[in-house]
Amino acid sequence: MDRRSDRLGGDRRGETRVNFLLRHRELALAMIIAAMIGAIGIYAPAFVSRANIATVLDDTSILFMLVLAQMIVILTRGIDLSVAANLALSGMISASLAQHSPDLPVIAYIATGVAVGLALGLFNGALVAGVGIPPIVVTLGTLAIFRGLIVVYGGGNQVNAPQMGETFQSFPKMTWLGLETVFWIAAALALAIALFLNFTRTGRNFYALGGNPLAARYCGINISKQFLLAYVISGAVSGLCGYLWVARYGVAYSEIASGYELTVIAACVIGGVSIAGGVGTVAGALLGALFLGVIVNALPVMQVTPFWQMAISGAVILAAVIVNARVERRSGRLILPEARRSAGAAK
Amino acid sequence: MSERTRAEIADEPSWRASDFLLRWETILFGLLILVVIGDTFLSPYFLDIDNLSDATANFSEKAIIALGMALLILVREIDLSVAAIIALCSLAMGLAAQAGAGTVPLVLIGLVVGAICGAFNGFLVARIGLPSIVVTIGTMSLFRGIAQVVLGDQAISEYPEGFETLGQDYFIKHPPLHYSFSLFLIFAVLFALVLHRTALGRKLYAMGANPVAARFSGIPVERIKFGLFVLTGLLSGIAAVLLTGRVGSTRPNIALGWELEVVTMVILGGVSIAGGSGTIPGVVIAVFVLGLVTFGLSLINVPGIVISVILGFLLIGAITLPIVGRRIVASLQSQR
Repeated sequence: MDRRSDRLGGDRRGETRVNFLLRHRELALAMIIAAMIGAIGIYAPAFVSRANIATVLDDTSILFMLVLAQMIVILTRGIDLSVAANLALSGMISASLAQHSPDLPVIAYIATGVAVGLALGLFNGALVAGVGIPPIVVTLGTLAIFRGLIVVYGGGNQVNAPQMGETFQSFPKMTWLGLETVFWIAAALALAIALFLNFTRTGRNFYALGGNPLAARYCGINISKQFLLAYVISGAVSGLCGYLWVARYGVAYSEIASGYELTVIAACVIGGVSIAGGVGTVAGALLGALFLGVIVNALPVMQVTPFWQMAISGAVILAAVIVNARVERRSGRLILPEARRSAGAAK
Repeated sequence: MSERTRAEIADEPSWRASDFLLRWETILFGLLILVVIGDTFLSPYFLDIDNLSDATANFSEKAIIALGMALLILVREIDLSVAAIIALCSLAMGLAAQAGAGTVPLVLIGLVVGAICGAFNGFLVARIGLPSIVVTIGTMSLFRGIAQVVLGDQAISEYPEGFETLGQDYFIKHPPLHYSFSLFLIFAVLFALVLHRTALGRKLYAMGANPVAARFSGIPVERIKFGLFVLTGLLSGIAAVLLTGRVGSTRPNIALGWELEVVTMVILGGVSIAGGSGTIPGVVIAVFVLGLVTFGLSLINVPGIVISVILGFLLIGAITLPIVGRRIVASLQSQR
């Protein structure tokens, strides 16, 4: 963010409208989503009804949260492939607590999900920050471990809706102002993460670390602590989403959200979070998730078979990464006025 | 491991037993021996030549792709779309088989589609300069998505008999060697020779250790990377031929999740994700370790998903323990 505002203060005058949009990719992405919703609305007016827009937001809420957590990890040049497996395991444990003691207050189930997710995230973080294994290797391993543990823990059984009890299931589906609780939780989390990343020192450190780890270390940032924190946040959010997912869809077994980690990463990429680290905003990540959410919900309305979903999101990821690469290449390295002038003359 | 590489660059390093014993390949080989001993105790059916031969069929296709993936990871790239390439190749072959193509055209179609998919990845990574992890997550969705669009929830299973023979039959009858396993062994030798005995192999290490320096010393980094993606696509095409022949049908979820298993083979084989270090013998031993652990556990009826937990711990443990061990040794030495 601060890097971009530096550039804005610099050579703003000469830029074309296209360049302006490329720089403000959140704005561009928002316009693309609006245009897309408009186009779908012309074809199927029911899609833009208030009720349906609310459904899209509710359905995308879990993705919103996972994308924000993943963004923090990617900011540190890491990646967390274990989020979906973590979600499934935390959800399973939370659901089986509900199965055995269905009369606890709902906060107990939520806390269980979060605590389990946090512990799993801590395990990832310890291996990345403590031992120094590359994140992709660690989370590739824990992805398999977490998913397998669901079967080891549950003996291969699944927990179905009738076994979970009413308290467990009704909470995320209660509606406030036309939107489900799950959306409001996502909104609160988004606000919290936005404040955290932009206005606290620890939050800013993620950007510094991702931008240049060596420089960050020389500035006195405790790199290990930041790494650990990123994976702990990612784990805790996955655990929260585990409870919400299981409660909302009413089933817990080893395959829920299988492969969802790639959707989460895809949403980050579409939202302009750079896999090279240090670049990404909360607004961008949320819009990236919304983009995929709109597509998923629009396909049935457009009477396109859901089989298209995967191919479309693949094409969108490629388009997004190409566009983002263009933006990143544009980022100027000329900070001295003389250099900028001579570069301008060279053009 | 990096010290070993440095030693190799220097003129004929003096041989020391500790260097040899601390090599990743040696540690892995010890692990392999432990696995074989453990499996022998676990099940009386383990040391049976026919059973072992059938076990190879289950990992050879992945192992063939792992050879190409090892070179990609060596030069700091990755291809997560390999399993999706298999799906697309299998689809193309299925459609051709429905149109009445014979075995030879089918194989050619599989290989060509694989190479084209690889070229597409290579173009985006090497020419346009995009990060390979994101590109191949995208093409993974795209390739498998296309297969899903065409197939829906249907399957294609009308393959000529000669084609199915390729995936199921033996190359040599005594001892029983599957086509897939024979191909893997031949490729492993070829890859090892190219990587460890040719100038091209040295260039790959240079690219992995420092891409910028490699470019400045005249190595055509982009062209080689492009070639490696095409190669990995081609190997995925070969795997698609073998797998489609073996299971005799094409479904949209064919080879689902294989990319992670292939990457696991390569990383356990000691190829550093940071680039510039790793050997083909290491990858080959890792292939056997993973393959035989899976086989041994499935002999005593351990469910597949529990095996994946054990493999996950194996991967993390195998990488963590040497690092932690080295740290303990270092701290002991500094106390002295």
